Amino acid sequence: MTQHPVNPAPRELLKLVVVGHVDHGKSTLVGRLLYDTDALPEGKLEELQAVSSKRGMELEWSFVLDSFQAERDQAVTIDTTQIRFKTDKRDYVIIDAPGHREFLKNMVSGAAEADAAILVIDAAEGVREQSRRHGYLLHLLGVKQVAVAVNKMDLVDHDQGRFAAVAQEVTDYLAGIGVEPAAILPISARAGANVAEPSPELSWFQGPSLLQMLDRFHSVTRPSLQPLRLPIQDVYHFDQRRILVGRVESGVLRAGDTVLFSPSNKTARVRSLEAWNADPPLEAHAGQSVGLTLEEQLFLERGEVLSHEERPPQLTNVFKATLFWLGHKPLEPGVKLTAKLGTARYAVEVVAIEQTVDTDSLERRRGEAVQRNGIGEAVLRSRALMAVDEAQALPNSGRFVLLDDLDLVGGGLISMEGYPDQRSVMTVRTSNLFSVEHSVSREERWARSGHKGGVIWLTGLSGAGKSTLAMALERLLFERGYQVYVLDGDNVRRGLNANLGFSPDDRAENIRRVGEAAALFADAGALCITAFISPYQSDRDRARAATERLVPGGFHEIYVAADLATCEERDPKGLYKKARAGEITDFTGISSPYEAPRDPDFVVDTGELSIEQGVERLLEFCRSRIAFDPPKRG
Amino acid sequence: MDRLDHLESQSIFILREAYARVEPLSMLWSLGKDSNVMIWLARKAFFGRVPFPAVLLDTGNELDEVYAFRDEYVESWGLSYINADCPALEETDPSLPLNSRHAARKTLGLKRIIADQGFRGIFLGIRRDEQAVRGKERVFSPRDESGTWDYKDQPAEFWDQYKTEIPPGAHLRIHPLLAWTEVDIWRYIQREGIPVVPLYFARDGWRYRSLGEKDITRPIRSDAATIEEIIAELETTRQPERAGRTMDHDSEDAFERLRASGYM
Ligand SMILES: Nc1nc2c(ncn2[C@@H]2O[C@H](COP(=O)(O)OP(=O)(O)OP(=O)(O)O)[C@@H](O)[C@H]2O)c(=O)[nH]1
Ligand SMILES: [Mg+2]
Repeated sequence: MTQHPVNPAPRELLKLVVVGHVDHGKSTLVGRLLYDTDALPEGKLEELQAVSSKRGMELEWSFVLDSFQAERDQAVTIDTTQIRFKTDKRDYVIIDAPGHREFLKNMVSGAAEADAAILVIDAAEGVREQSRRHGYLLHLLGVKQVAVAVNKMDLVDHDQGRFAAVAQEVTDYLAGIGVEPAAILPISARAGANVAEPSPELSWFQGPSLLQMLDRFHSVTRPSLQPLRLPIQDVYHFDQRRILVGRVESGVLRAGDTVLFSPSNKTARVRSLEAWNADPPLEAHAGQSVGLTLEEQLFLERGEVLSHEERPPQLTNVFKATLFWLGHKPLEPGVKLTAKLGTARYAVEVVAIEQTVDTDSLERRRGEAVQRNGIGEAVLRSRALMAVDEAQALPNSGRFVLLDDLDLVGGGLISMEGYPDQRSVMTVRTSNLFSVEHSVSREERWARSGHKGGVIWLTGLSGAGKSTLAMALERLLFERGYQVYVLDGDNVRRGLNANLGFSPDDRAENIRRVGEAAALFADAGALCITAFISPYQSDRDRARAATERLVPGGFHEIYVAADLATCEERDPKGLYKKARAGEITDFTGISSPYEAPRDPDFVVDTGELSIEQGVERLLEFCRSRIAFDPPKRG
Repeated sequence: MDRLDHLESQSIFILREAYARVEPLSMLWSLGKDSNVMIWLARKAFFGRVPFPAVLLDTGNELDEVYAFRDEYVESWGLSYINADCPALEETDPSLPLNSRHAARKTLGLKRIIADQGFRGIFLGIRRDEQAVRGKERVFSPRDESGTWDYKDQPAEFWDQYKTEIPPGAHLRIHPLLAWTEVDIWRYIQREGIPVVPLYFARDGWRYRSLGEKDITRPIRSDAATIEEIIAELETTRQPERAGRTMDHDSEDAFERLRASGYM
């Protein structure tokens, strides 16, 4: 006679990682927790006893997790593992992480998945190097809920004073990275004291047991309320349908939505969401793997990010990142890697290492390189335009991993602070123009000017001497019979760009217009000198492209090199002082980045040369580059 | 989304990542409950078709019901199917315990089919909760030319960024079900109506909890004759799933050695 049990619905699941310094008792805690909650399968305890005594040890709870022979023989966790247990409230996946610094990549692999963490600290040893590093990494990996277990209280005679001292030490450290622990509790993992049950030796402690603490963590849900991001994994055409597939990382997608693809900047309407063996869904939420078809037949590939037209990702080929580095060779400027961001892959190069973080002291230092297992802030550039988000706002699409050849060697969080969104400048709005041939040829114009048209593009920090050089050069060239004109902030901002301010986007647009105007001067047969900080390589590259379209070979990028210290000392307009005082925001070199030209056509170092010397060299350069010998007619 | 929706979505994501980045692929189809769920997920991921072959590592020793199930569903699911014959027991490493040698036949069969077909990626339906050594696995787990698992130096794997680039001659073991538990599998089978070999359901007080070959798998005592009853049984049992798999229990490191040399 069969009964028909009605199975209760699946329960909520929380993923919990256990981190901390080597040997502080992480695996022991997990093993003990499983034992205390009756989660060990039948026969496991006997097996543990056998394999422990085989090694001449008392019962080693850590062997529940440390399943490799090498781990048991050397009494160290090598790789992360996951194991289940349940309380009355919900189910748990416990992720045991190794504490040895050699295995940091395994710790990261385990911890990155977690909703919450327990940081285990040996009461006798106190906060150690990996306790701090793990604490810091949790923060970077986005694990926001942390409880601290001060373990091995038996080794310090369950002393309340010692517990208080360790608790203070860890609270101070975590405060330094903006983390407030959900609880700090004394335990003795091996004996099971205050793990599942309170213990008489720790009767002075009023707080929860570890098990009670776990049930206080909040479960984490995927962000449906945030802007839509769906990185395209693939495009299938198994039948007459062309199905784009991917997982919604944030937001909600509905059939009928108009969507934007980045970085290609194409738009289309979603015709349908597709599913097999089910009715086609009408909407898809964060976390769901979906398929969709479009009204328009667009050419799209893996790596594009689908969003709505409102609040799309930013486009850029340079960004700043806080990253952790697992590679063997140091991460330094010039290093070339592959960045994987969502489903996209980009070839990137390290432009600069701005800071390194000492996870022991939390000091940030100017640094040239991030060492193995270190943390730092770097500027990265990619040749191709990337679709990115601020990690702060959208964690899933604001983070990336780095590949060195075949190996994953790091991860980072993107910050676009100080960098313009290039979407606003890439859109060609004037699409219905027809090009009309001029009736005067380029050569005719050059013959009349006596030289070729071109652009002398000066770039450098504020105070490097761009305007002074530009004006002096203009004078000298003019006197020698050249058609020459200077564009600088004064004449451009007053009219052509009067509607622009100083936000990153407006600055990018300012430079775009200067680039286009200069290109027209060049096409007209004149030499146009521009004097703008133009801090971003991408903006200068675009200006170059504008000129080259009309006057091939006509663009000359001149780096007016003078280092920040020199410029700041000169400070002709007192701007640096104001920037330092915080009165001016986004000031290049201080609160916003300057990217020196990668491959300048000419460098004038005004730190070393006088203005006269500098102008003279520039004059020579110009004469050689724009010399024009009219073809001899027979 | 409930827990099964999450697991399903994540597994589909994994299947699609592999399909986009790794070629040629195949899927091990042991005909057990897990690999049927895996085939089902592939059909969801790829809208009804499984765009790579399903491979049975055949020792000739599977239970009769298993072969019958195969013949039926190769047909009705429209699978492209490869029957990979496993080498004889004599060809396995004689230093292994006997039960492990039975299992090692599958390892050899797997190596041979990979070499023959040049597969770069193989889907396997293993789960972390089955066995402590499997608990240490990655979702995308590289194997060198000899099929060896370098478990002391596994690649970093986080933020759903998987290892998809490997040197020539190497291959990837891809584990779409790694995060599922045995109960999750049965709940999903129930929800989706996925067919399974009838041996899982109790007859005369016995049922198979895990299906292996004739000589090395034993049924367990159970009265669970429906999926509901199996789920109810699993919610309370403290018996490990692979208790009926003799090869796991030869010695402390039996399973580790099997896996290090290429077992599933
Ligand atoms: N006295 C005492 N010893 C403990 C306690 N908890 C763990 N230990 C011992 O500390 C040693 C290290 O424990 P593990 O659990 O392996 O430490 P771990 O943090 O997992 O180490 P890794 O994973 O290698 O970083 C073992 O010998 C444990 O028996 C405790 O509460 N009291
Ligand atoms: Mg450990």
